[in-house]
Amino acid sequence: MRLVTTNLTYKEVQPKLRELVDTMFKTVPSGVGSRGFVDANKSQFREIMTDGSKWCVNNGYGWQEDLERTEGYGRIDWAKPEKVSQKAIDRGMNQLGTLGSGNHYLEIQIVKAENIFDEGLAKKFGINEAEQVVVMVHCGSRGFGHQIGTDYLRIFEGVMKKYNIEVYDRELACAPFQSNEGQDYYKAMACAANMAFANRQVILHRIREGFSKVFKTEAEKLEMHMVYDVAHNIAKLEEHIIDGHKKKLVVHRKGSTRAFPPHHPELAKLYKETGQPVIIGGSMETGSFLLVGTQKAMDETFGSTAHGSGRTMSRAAAKHQVRGEQLQKDMEKRGIYVKATSMPGLAEEAGFAYKNINDVINAVAEAGISKPVVGLKPVGNIKG
Amino acid sequence: MNINNDKTKYKFLEDVAIADIAFEAYGKNLNELFENAALAIFELSAELETIDAVKKEEFELENEKLDNLLYDFLSEILFLKDSKYMVFKHVHATIKENKKYKLKAVLEGDKINPEVQHLENDIKAVTMHMFEVKKEKNQWKATVVVDI
Repeated sequence: MRLVTTNLTYKEVQPKLRELVDTMFKTVPSGVGSRGFVDANKSQFREIMTDGSKWCVNNGYGWQEDLERTEGYGRIDWAKPEKVSQKAIDRGMNQLGTLGSGNHYLEIQIVKAENIFDEGLAKKFGINEAEQVVVMVHCGSRGFGHQIGTDYLRIFEGVMKKYNIEVYDRELACAPFQSNEGQDYYKAMACAANMAFANRQVILHRIREGFSKVFKTEAEKLEMHMVYDVAHNIAKLEEHIIDGHKKKLVVHRKGSTRAFPPHHPELAKLYKETGQPVIIGGSMETGSFLLVGTQKAMDETFGSTAHGSGRTMSRAAAKHQVRGEQLQKDMEKRGIYVKATSMPGLAEEAGFAYKNINDVINAVAEAGISKPVVGLKPVGNIKG
Repeated sequence: MNINNDKTKYKFLEDVAIADIAFEAYGKNLNELFENAALAIFELSAELETIDAVKKEEFELENEKLDNLLYDFLSEILFLKDSKYMVFKHVHATIKENKKYKLKAVLEGDKINPEVQHLENDIKAVTMHMFEVKKEKNQWKATVVVDI
C-alpha cells in the first residue's frame, strides 16, 4: 500500500479528473494478463528481486527520497533469487508496473476538513490543507509472489511429516524457520516482497508522469512526495520484548500491517519523531485512512495494526445485488469516477460488500494500536 | 458474465469463502473431473463466448497423489495465463494410473486480448484451503478455493 501527495486541490483536479483517470488507466495496466511497461531482461529482473525499489530509483523510476519513505527502504536484504523457481520468474518478469485485479486499485482521493484528526502530524506527513488531492495504490508482487507461494506450499506439504507438523488446514502448510526448507522460503519470499516494492515504485513513476502530463507541470513542482509505502503481507525477523526480555521473533503480518511507534530503530530519520505512517484501505466507495504507529501496538500487537476494512459479503453475493455498469453510474453521480477492466469485477468490490471503514478505524484507535491522522475520500478510481 | 447452466459439471459455492472463490467440480471419471475443474477456472477468468479456440497448449504432469496432481494442473493453467498470456475455453485431460498418476492435458484458447475478450478475474493462486478430491458413490468430486 502506497500513498503519495500533491499540492493540488480538488477544485483544480475536478475538471481534469476524467482525463487523469483515463490516462492512468492506460499507463498502469490492470486486469487479466496485463503486461507491465518495464521491459526488464533476466539479469535486470534478478536485480529487482534483490534490490526492490532501489533498482527502480537507480533506473529512473522514482526519486531518491522515495526510499526512506518505504518500509525497510523498499529493499529486503536477505532475498536470494536462486531460491525462486524459473516458473515464478516466467510468470512475474513482465508484470512489473501492473495493478492486477480483485481488490487492487489506484485511487485519487481528497482530504476533507472534517477528516483531519491530527493537524500537526498531517502536516509532517505532507497533508497540508483541506481539499488537498492525494493518490493511493494497493497492489503487490502479482503472479510472481503467488507462484512462489504455490511452489513452497507444495514443498512444505511434502516435509511436514518429517518435522512432525500437523495443520488443520492444508493452506497452512509450513516448515520450521531454521530448517533448510524454511530458510529457502524466507529468502524466496523476500524476492517477492522486493518485487512488490518495485511494482508500486514503478507505478508511482507512472502516476507522477500522468499528473505531470495532464497538468503540464513537473511532478516535482506538483510536490508529489510519497507519504509512505507499507507491506500488507510479509514475514520478518524482528526484535520484540517478551516477558521483559528482548527476543527475535518472526512476525508475519497478513491481513495486518506494520505500525511502529516514534523512535523505533527501524524507522528512517524522517519519521523518527512522528512514528511510522500507516495506510488502511477502505472500499472504493467509502474511503481510506492515514494513521500513525503507536507504542501500544509495539507492546500489545507486535507493532501491527489492521490493514483494511475487510469484506463482509462474498464476491458472488455482491454480484447478485448490483451490476458493475449500474454501480459505475451510481458512483459517478456521487462524484467518484471509476474505470475497471471487468464490470463483474467492479460489482464484487461494491462498498456494501465491505465492513464500515469507520468502525474499523474506531476499533484500532480505541485499542490504541494506531492513531488516525487523516481520512481520505475517493473521487477517482482504477480497478483491475 | 458466463451462465453455467450445467451444474453437473461444476458449481460455485457462494457462502464458503468471502474474499476468495470456492467451487466444486464433478466427473464420472477422473478425466471428466479434471476437465470440469479446469472449465470452472476458465469461466472465472473470462466470458468463454468471447474466446476463440485457435491456439493450443499441451503439457504432461505426474504425481503419486491425485489431489496434488489436480492442484498442479490448475496451477499450471494460471502459470500459462501469466507467462504465455493465454485464456482458454476447451480442455481435454487424460489420466492414467500406473504407480503414479500421469496426466496429459490439451488446452485450447487464445492469446489474451482485452479488445475482443471479456476478461474477468485475474486469479492469483489455487489454494490448499479445503482442497479435496474424493469419490462419492459413482461420482468424483473436487473442492477448490482460488485466491482472487
